[in-house]
Amino acid sequence: MTMYNKAYMVPNPMMPNENVTFNAELCTGCNTCVDNCRSGVLVPNPEKGKPPIVLYPDECWFCGCCVGDCPVPGANKLNHPMNQRMGWKRKDTGKHYRIGMKNPPPPNTRPPVG
Amino acid sequence: MTTWYEYVQKDASNLEWPYPIRYGEENAITSDVLVIGGGVAGCHAAINAVKRGAKVVVIDKGPVRRSGCSGAGVDHWHAACTNPCSKVTPEAMLAEYEKDGGNSYGELGNGITCYITCQEGYDALLDVEKMGVPVRDLNDEFVGAEFRDNKTKYMFAYDYESKHIIRIAGGGNIKPAMYQEVKQLGVGIYDFVMATSLLTEGGKQGARVVGATGLNLRTGEFYIFKAKATILAAGGGGGLWTFSTELKGSSGEPNMTGDGTAMAFLAGAECTMQEGGRGSAGGLGYFPHSAGNAHNSWYACNIVDANGKEVPWIDRKDGKVLKTLSERYRLAPGEFFIHSGGSPYLHREPSIITDLPERIQNGEYVLPLYADLPGMPKHERRAIYGLQVGNEGCTRYGIYDVFTKAGFNPDIDMPQTPVMPADQYVYTPWWMGMAVRQWQSGGGGLVFDWDLMSNLDGLYVAGMQGAGGDHSMAAATGRYAGRKAAEYARTVGMPVIEKKQLEAEKVRVYAPAQRNGGMGWKELKAGLCKVMQDYCGEYKSEGTLKMGLDWLKSISESEAASVYARNPHELARALECLTHITLGEMVFHAALARMAGDSPAGSKTIMLEKGKVRAGERPARWWLKPPYASTYGENYKKHCGI
Repeated sequence: MTMYNKAYMVPNPMMPNENVTFNAELCTGCNTCVDNCRSGVLVPNPEKGKPPIVLYPDECWFCGCCVGDCPVPGANKLNHPMNQRMGWKRKDTGKHYRIGMKNPPPPNTRPPVG
Repeated sequence: MTTWYEYVQKDASNLEWPYPIRYGEENAITSDVLVIGGGVAGCHAAINAVKRGAKVVVIDKGPVRRSGCSGAGVDHWHAACTNPCSKVTPEAMLAEYEKDGGNSYGELGNGITCYITCQEGYDALLDVEKMGVPVRDLNDEFVGAEFRDNKTKYMFAYDYESKHIIRIAGGGNIKPAMYQEVKQLGVGIYDFVMATSLLTEGGKQGARVVGATGLNLRTGEFYIFKAKATILAAGGGGGLWTFSTELKGSSGEPNMTGDGTAMAFLAGAECTMQEGGRGSAGGLGYFPHSAGNAHNSWYACNIVDANGKEVPWIDRKDGKVLKTLSERYRLAPGEFFIHSGGSPYLHREPSIITDLPERIQNGEYVLPLYADLPGMPKHERRAIYGLQVGNEGCTRYGIYDVFTKAGFNPDIDMPQTPVMPADQYVYTPWWMGMAVRQWQSGGGGLVFDWDLMSNLDGLYVAGMQGAGGDHSMAAATGRYAGRKAAEYARTVGMPVIEKKQLEAEKVRVYAPAQRNGGMGWKELKAGLCKVMQDYCGEYKSEGTLKMGLDWLKSISESEAASVYARNPHELARALECLTHITLGEMVFHAALARMAGDSPAGSKTIMLEKGKVRAGERPARWWLKPPYASTYGENYKKHCGI
């Protein structure tokens, strides 16, 4: 178990806190997402090549352009706030599913058109 | 490490703003036509003005590539009356609307913008198709579908008989395509620059508009845009009644704060329908299209209850149950065409049973309800959860990708709808959640003529500033305003900017950045929303409206005079709060004018004259009365510039 040996005086804002998350292994720090965000939610990392910093998550419109315009698939991810995650029911089994569940069903890879 | 908190915990020593700070530094830019707002209306305006030889500049609070309400997509195109399959002419559509009193044109604004949209909405769709936006079913995925025309490969929504609303095959990326076009044509693009005020000849209220001032949201730089003609294509005044970071489902486009309307009003523009705030269901809902629904882009989805029992659809005239899905897309006897959403009863679509609330209460239907996509024919299912939910604003990535990546499959899965008090299951997109009647959304725009010019010389309007809010309307009025502004710019000289006006605006703009302490913009914003909720909610009287004005005046002298900004981003938000005060005052004044008047058919107007609010009135259908011609066709022909 890793414990921080330091604690910080950091304000704790209202949710959402993690509207966009980055995979630091894949993200190249190109800032395409920063430049396509209408709300200024993201700012460039002062360290070049590192993922942007999510500065104003509560101003996000959840349009998803940061993910849609990202040149590296999987480098970032849009996360609906927990109180906005609507569920669904599989018609033949009656089983309920939701975004954020443990052991989710496999992704559906069909594009919206074509 | 992706959030600010993680960053702080790693490197608490480096919290400097990541962009260079250049507060107050001036950039002077001159053009023939200045376009304020680079959304759908602004891009069409810029493209059409530059194609007529004008030097054009477009500015936007966000990146033009993705800004505006359709920055993340559009799924269907209304009022494409002139498409080869349409059975509705522009004249016929207007005639139907006018049977309802001639003041309700739905999202298409007033008679002028509605007619322009009916005439040019389809042309605008052809424009974007040329820019590379997939519109038709070119891959023949939907061959055999009732809504597909085999010759043109167009696919229609809502109304499979009159065929005036087109489903778009790939509207999710419409803005990047438009941005490429704007760029290629040599339009000067200023991303992340917010217009803060309109400049007028001699700095006088009511005089010719000669450009605008701007603020860079990253660096804090100041811009002076001098132009022969200005097109106001900014968003309308949203978010005046609600502000919450928790209740995300209610939030509109974040940059849509009505700055354009407020700055035009302060410059002396005559404004109308400010009091016409629509009831907002907002607040306790979900993201649009993330929950199952029966209307809007989900029209006409099968709905079942928790036990799989189907909720019937009925005809809008006689209330008879419609037995087949196909009937939901067909005209009723004597009906001329179907329109969607909030439109007059005369040409309304069928709906799910209107007594659903009572039948939930008596136990006939058990919550939650589900959208039974798997129970629909495959083409109809795919049209809703593919063509439409896969391309509508915010849904291409924000909904379709998020849900399908999480394993949702419309072929076998049924999206749930929100569980609400029974009386909430009325005709509205259910994802909006419970309606709080105190909460409204803003409406209104500028008064303009058949050239789309406001009462201020040189100031044109497009999109939401024309008091409408539909994609097709934004595109069509943008085209039209672009032509007219370019034409006007050829007839006038380059204006002179009044220095005093610039200096006063700089003092106003940078004041929050010079304060230490005071009130943060979020608390101010929430407090201003509370004033609107309390004094301009469901219950209104002359007394409450006057109290609202007093509160806004008091707040502008105290809390708003202390609002601080720690960086250019916060500075822009603080300025939006000051806009909120102006818009709030406009709403209260307009509501007072509405209460004092006795002719509900006309539209109330308000404007500033020498700093004082003057209420006025326009008669019903003023756009067909002198000095204009008596028919839409004649006026259009005379003014359209084609």
